[in-house]
Amino acid sequence: MNIVLTINGIRRELTIDPGETLLHLLRRVGYKGVKKGCETGDCGACAVLLDDRAVNSCLVLAAKADGHEIVTIEGLAQWGKEDEIYPIGQAWDDELHPIQRAFLDAGAVQCGYCTPGMMISAADLLAHNPNPTEREIKEAIAGNLCRCTGYVKQIEAISKAAEIIRGLHE
Amino acid sequence: MSKGDFYVVGKSLPKVDGISLVTGKPRFVADIELPGMLYAKILTSPHPHARIVGIDTSKAEKLPGVASVLTHDNTPHTRYTTAGQGYPEPSPYDTMMFDSKVRFVGDRVAAVAAENEQVADEALRLIRVDYAPIPEIISPDDAIAAGAPVIHDERDARGIHDARHNIAASVDIATGDVGAGFSESDVVVETTCETQYAQHVPLEPHVCLSWLDEDGRLVIRTSTQVPFHVRRIVAHVLNLPVGKIRVIKPRIGGAFGTKQEIVLEDLAGLFTLRTGRPVLLELTRKEEFVSSRTRHPMRVRVKLGAKKNGTLHAIEMEALSNTGAYGTHGLTVLSNVGSKTLPLYNKADNVHFFGKAVYTNLPVAGAYRGYGAPQGYFPLETAMDELAERLGIDPLVLRRRNHIQTGETSPIFERLGEGREGVAQTIKSCALDRCIEAGAERIGWTDKRGKRHMEGKTAYGIGMSIHMQGSGIPYIDMGAATIKMNEDGSFNLLLGATDLGTGSDTILAQIAAEVLGVPLSKMIVYSSDTDRTPFDVGAYASSTTYVSGQAVEQAAKKIRGQIISVASAMLGEDMEGLILADEHVIGEGKSVSLAEVCRHALYESDQFQPAATASYFPRETAPPFMASFAEVAVDTETGAVGVVRYVAAVDCGTAINPRLAEGQVEGAVVNGIGYALTEEMLLSKHGRVQNPSLFDYKIPCALDIPPIDVILVESHEPTGPMGAKSIAEIGINAPIPTIANAVYDAVGIRLSKTPFTPERVLQAIRKAK
Repeated sequence: MNIVLTINGIRRELTIDPGETLLHLLRRVGYKGVKKGCETGDCGACAVLLDDRAVNSCLVLAAKADGHEIVTIEGLAQWGKEDEIYPIGQAWDDELHPIQRAFLDAGAVQCGYCTPGMMISAADLLAHNPNPTEREIKEAIAGNLCRCTGYVKQIEAISKAAEIIRGLHE
Repeated sequence: MSKGDFYVVGKSLPKVDGISLVTGKPRFVADIELPGMLYAKILTSPHPHARIVGIDTSKAEKLPGVASVLTHDNTPHTRYTTAGQGYPEPSPYDTMMFDSKVRFVGDRVAAVAAENEQVADEALRLIRVDYAPIPEIISPDDAIAAGAPVIHDERDARGIHDARHNIAASVDIATGDVGAGFSESDVVVETTCETQYAQHVPLEPHVCLSWLDEDGRLVIRTSTQVPFHVRRIVAHVLNLPVGKIRVIKPRIGGAFGTKQEIVLEDLAGLFTLRTGRPVLLELTRKEEFVSSRTRHPMRVRVKLGAKKNGTLHAIEMEALSNTGAYGTHGLTVLSNVGSKTLPLYNKADNVHFFGKAVYTNLPVAGAYRGYGAPQGYFPLETAMDELAERLGIDPLVLRRRNHIQTGETSPIFERLGEGREGVAQTIKSCALDRCIEAGAERIGWTDKRGKRHMEGKTAYGIGMSIHMQGSGIPYIDMGAATIKMNEDGSFNLLLGATDLGTGSDTILAQIAAEVLGVPLSKMIVYSSDTDRTPFDVGAYASSTTYVSGQAVEQAAKKIRGQIISVASAMLGEDMEGLILADEHVIGEGKSVSLAEVCRHALYESDQFQPAATASYFPRETAPPFMASFAEVAVDTETGAVGVVRYVAAVDCGTAINPRLAEGQVEGAVVNGIGYALTEEMLLSKHGRVQNPSLFDYKIPCALDIPPIDVILVESHEPTGPMGAKSIAEIGINAPIPTIANAVYDAVGIRLSKTPFTPERVLQAIRKAK
C-alpha cells in the first residue's frame, strides 16, 4: 500500500507493507538515526516526533503515519528552527538543536545509541514545557533506557538546553 | 607534570565522535545496507540438555528466498572458545559452531540466511529437529553432586578442568597459614553471599554484517570489543588464514563485556563464504537475553580473622561460580573474585582463596564489567562491616587501618593473576584515604552513621564500602597506536583500541594532542580495523586508558622527534632547544608551523612520511581505588529499598577528560544499583529464561536514580599515561555491598542474596523479628 507523509519537512510518498512498523519504514528509507533496541516499546531508542509528540516508532504501524508529520533525529535541529515550535523571534545560531549542543557539552553521550531517542523525548518535553523541574525531565525520559551514562549528565544536559531555549525567548 | 601544565589533557572536551552521534549519522553496524544483502536467523534449542538425533532441513532449503541453511551436518567441527581473550585463551575449547548436543535453552541448533527476515523466520519453522533429552542440571550444587549428568562429555574438548564432574575451572592459592591465622585472631566473622543471573543490556544487541571484498577476502563489520580476537577466532573456526579476514569495528552501542565474546561473527562469515553475498545477523532483544551472555552467578563465602586492634590477620574466600553451559571466561572471572579484592586488605598475612567454576544447563556466563570483583566484594565488604561492629570500631577506621597504601604490596598480586600466576608489584599511587575522607564528608557520615531513624514506616541508614580494580592485565595485554602527519598540521591517529562508547577515541586523542602541542581538533581518530589500525587486545579489563594510552603517548613522542628533527633543519637550530606548542615548533626567536614542517617533509627536502607506531606491553597494573557511600530508605511494611543518595569517590590518577571519567563512574554505579535492587534473569525449573524483555527485566530508568555525586580524587600514577589510571569497571563493584551495609544501618538486617527485592528484604525483616 502507499502512504504520504512528511519526514523532516519533506513530503514523501512511500510504498509500505501493511504490517510494517514506522521504525522499519524509517530505517528502510534511510533514517538510520532511528535506532532499534527492543521492538517492544520498552527502550525508547526508536523515538521520533509524530505531529510534535514523541512516540516509539516500533509501536506505530507505518500505515498510521499516513498524512502525518514525522521528525527524526536527522531533522531535529531544523524542526526547532523553522516550525516556530518555540515562540522565539530568532532561532539558535547553530547547526545543532540546543538539546544536541547541550548533550555534547555535558558529556551526556557515551555510546550514542540511546541518544537520538532520548533527545527526541527531550525535544517533546521542552516544546511543551520550557521550564521543567528535574522530576519532569526524569519523567520525560523515563521511557528512554540508557546503560552507559547513569542518566546524570543527560538530565543536566536537558536542563541546560531548557535554559538556552528560555534565553532565546527573552 | 602537574595538572595545571596540561594543554589538552585534564579538560572536559566534547567527544571527537560526538557531533556525528547527536545528529544520528549512520555509524553503527546495521546502519549500512549492501546490495544483495541476506538476513540470517538462528534456530535455538527449546531443551536445556539433549542430543540432536536428526535434523531435517529439506523443507527449509526448498522455501523460495532461502539462500543457505547451516547445521551440525554441514559446518566445521572445530572446538573453540567464544571468549575474546589473549592467545592462548585461558578458557576451555568446549564450544562448536553447531554441536550434536545442546546444553541450554537457547543453544544454537541451525541457522538460515534468506532474502529477508520473514523468509528466514519461516524457514526456521520448517526445520525439523529430533531431540533425545538428557536430565538437566540447573544448579551449581547439583552439577558437582555425585552421579550428575556430564554436560561436556565430548572427547575433543580441551582445557576443561574436570569435565567428568562438570568443573570447568578451579583455583586454589594461599599465602601464610589461614588455619593458624584464625586461631591467632581475636575476632572471626564469616559471611556467605549469593549473586544472581544478570545481563549487560547494551542498548544495541549483538549485530554483525559480513561480505566479500573485491579480492574475495571476508570482511566482518561487527559490534565487538575485540576486533583482533574476532579475526583470530573466526580464522580458527572457519579454517581461514588470518590474512583472509578483515574485521571492522564501527561505533558500538554499548558492550560491558558481552561483546568480548564471539557470538555471531563465525556464523555470518560462513554464510557469506557459502553464498558469496553480504549477510546481516542481528539478535533481537529476546535472543540477546536468552542466547548471548550473562554475569556469572556465584556463591562466595568470606571468613575474616582480626586482632583486637582491628588489624586483619586472616582471610579465607571460597567461590562457587556458575559458568552456565560453556566455560567462556570461567577461570579468569573466578580468579578475579580473589585477585581484584584480596590485595586491597594486604595487612592480613594469612590468605586462602579457592573455588570452582561449574557447568550447568543454564544461560552462558561470560565477561561482564567488574569481571568477578562485584561477586567478591559483596561478602568481603559485608564481612568488614560485621567485623567493625564486633570490634566496636567505625567501619571507616577499620578499612583505613587495613587497606593497601602507596609503596606497599600484597603477596596476592604474585600468587593470583588472570587464570594463572600473577605479577608481583608495588602500588605506586593510592589516594584511597582521601577518597574515604571526601566521600564521608559529602554523605555526612559522622552525623548519620549508626543513628538510624524512622519517618513513619520508612527507616533510613547509611553504608559504605571500599574497592580496587586493575588497569589492564600485566604481561598479557598489549595495545598499539599509529600516528601519521598531514601537511595541514593534522594527524591521523589509528587505534587498535576499541571505543565502544566509553570515549576512548577522545581521551586517547587528547593524550596524543598533549604530546604534540596541538588542539584536539587536529587529531583525526580512527578505531578499529584489523586492516588499517595496529593490534590491540581490545577494550576489556580496564585496559584502554592505561595500556593503549601509553602506546599513544609513545607513538606521539616518536613522531614529535621526527617533527623536531625536520624543524631543526628548517630553522637551523639545535634540536635540544626546540619545543612543540600551539601547532608550532618554537626555537630561539624563530618558529615554524607544523603544517610547514609536514610540507617540508612531504615535498621539499629529504622527503619522508612523518609517522610512528608504538606498542605498549604492561609489566604492571595500576589499580584505581574507590570509596563508595549510600544513604537508603527501607520501607519496613513493603520491604522496598530506595537509594536516597549515592557518593562515589574515585582515585583515577590524572583524569584525562574529567566529564568522561565521571560518566564512566556514574554509568557503572547505576548499572550496579540495578544489579543490587532489580535486575534478575528468572529461570524456570527447566532453565528457560522467563523474563527476556526490557519490560520484565528491570534496568534502572531515569526515575530510578538517586542524586549521585562522583568525586574524582586525582593522584599521579607514575606508570600511567600523563599519570592516569583506568576506571571503567570499578564503579560497578560498589553498589551491592554499599547498599547492603546501609540497609543494615537502617533496619539491622544483613542481606545476603541479590537482588534486594521487596520480597527478600521483607522476609529478612520478618525473620529477624
